[in-house]
Amino acid sequence: MTEPLRSIAVILLVLFGLLTVAALLVWLERRLLGRWQERYGPNRLGPFGLFQTVADTIKLLTKEDWVPPFADKPVFVIAPAVIMVTVLMAFAIVPFAPGLQVVDLNIGVLFFLGMSSLGVYSVVLAGWSSDNKYALIGSLRAAAQMLAYEVFMGLSLMGVVILAGSFSLVRIVDAQRGLWFCVPQILGLIVFANAGLAETRRLPFDLPEAESEIVAGYHSEYSGMKFGMFFIGEYLGVTLISAMVVTLFFGGWRGPWLPPVVWFALKTFVLVCGFILLRATLPRPRFDQLMAYGWTVMLPLALVNLVVTGAIVLARG
Amino acid sequence: MLSVLKSLWVVFRHMFHRPVTIQYPEQKAYLPPRWRGRIILSRDPDGGERCVGCYLCAAVCPVECIALQATEDEHGRRFPDFFRINFSRCIYCGFCEDACPTYAIQLTPDYEMSEYQRPNLVYEKEDLLIDGEGKYPGYNYYRVAGVAIGGKDKGEAEREAPPADVRMVMP
Repeated sequence: MTEPLRSIAVILLVLFGLLTVAALLVWLERRLLGRWQERYGPNRLGPFGLFQTVADTIKLLTKEDWVPPFADKPVFVIAPAVIMVTVLMAFAIVPFAPGLQVVDLNIGVLFFLGMSSLGVYSVVLAGWSSDNKYALIGSLRAAAQMLAYEVFMGLSLMGVVILAGSFSLVRIVDAQRGLWFCVPQILGLIVFANAGLAETRRLPFDLPEAESEIVAGYHSEYSGMKFGMFFIGEYLGVTLISAMVVTLFFGGWRGPWLPPVVWFALKTFVLVCGFILLRATLPRPRFDQLMAYGWTVMLPLALVNLVVTGAIVLARG
Repeated sequence: MLSVLKSLWVVFRHMFHRPVTIQYPEQKAYLPPRWRGRIILSRDPDGGERCVGCYLCAAVCPVECIALQATEDEHGRRFPDFFRINFSRCIYCGFCEDACPTYAIQLTPDYEMSEYQRPNLVYEKEDLLIDGEGKYPGYNYYRVAGVAIGGKDKGEAEREAPPADVRMVMP
């Protein structure tokens, strides 16, 4: 097969795979939350309630797609698309298996960080264009939270980059041939997982959409498939962060016996379940607690990790 | 940090508990016999209506969902001409059952009375009347009460002495 055709095939595969996964995650999360709360969760529609996702999608698609008359219409429409685009773009650099990757950028980690930073625009613009005080508060919270957590999200990955000697994710996976980076970079893993959680605005870091205080935060005014885009964007974000944690800290597609793609999917699945478990367990902190946690605990941890890793690598020569 | 990990473990362990959910249409929860659900009008052991149309239930009803009109048959026996309960208003408080002097109105352990049309929630006497005696079998108001109706004069009820002649009661 020629190179462009192969690229297009991989892109389509990744795109459809991801959208299916994101849709199924809605079901998975509801089932798991149910089980952890001693309920069943959706189990009526189809085998194990799997078609619940289809029903939800049909519902979202057929709902009235309402744009409030006071909203800033073009921005209001673009905002949900931004989050989908940025998250899907970030998946371009994830190596699902040897050769199964849209593009092997030599600045892969930076590209991922850039794309996840751009994702903030979606939230901020959505809140701003809604012209609603709750949406605005939500988006301001999101902006402050992202600003705080982005800083050490980048810093926490520098340890991995120092050890691998490259920003390319393929090289980073190759560098984990002997030992996964979750052992020497345990601090980096903890900080990155926290930052990733905040980045996807999931519980316990979902203050931008805290429904007990500010209705639904930045997407209060959204309905129909525009809301669905935020929804799917969130689940894609969870998948992205899990995939990045797997790639950067848990050896990517490496593993014995099973084919690489299966290992990658398995590890990502476990991490996604971990994300959902966090949501099922932890309550939402106050906003000042969230900021204090970020600036006074996570940032110093990331810096210590970076300094120590750098020093050890330098000492070893 | 340790407490977070501990709570994560506690929540995760719930994975292996049996869910407490009752899968409703297939499984049903146990309802005690005195559960307050759909209201019925019962009959006495002889098959007559127990309701004597005293209006106490309608008077005590806090949401005024009961409407009735009392009338009498040729024997002087009172019964409701119509008896209407608007279940879209009823709050199932059971006051009507408490107020009823003849055990006629009773609440039953049945809650499956959803309707697509709101007017269908207004139950008429034919919908309310059952053929049985409900929770209080063997009770017949006219057989124990001292009121005279056709076929049963004063003093002929169960455990009732004949009426005293007041002119014979001397001080």
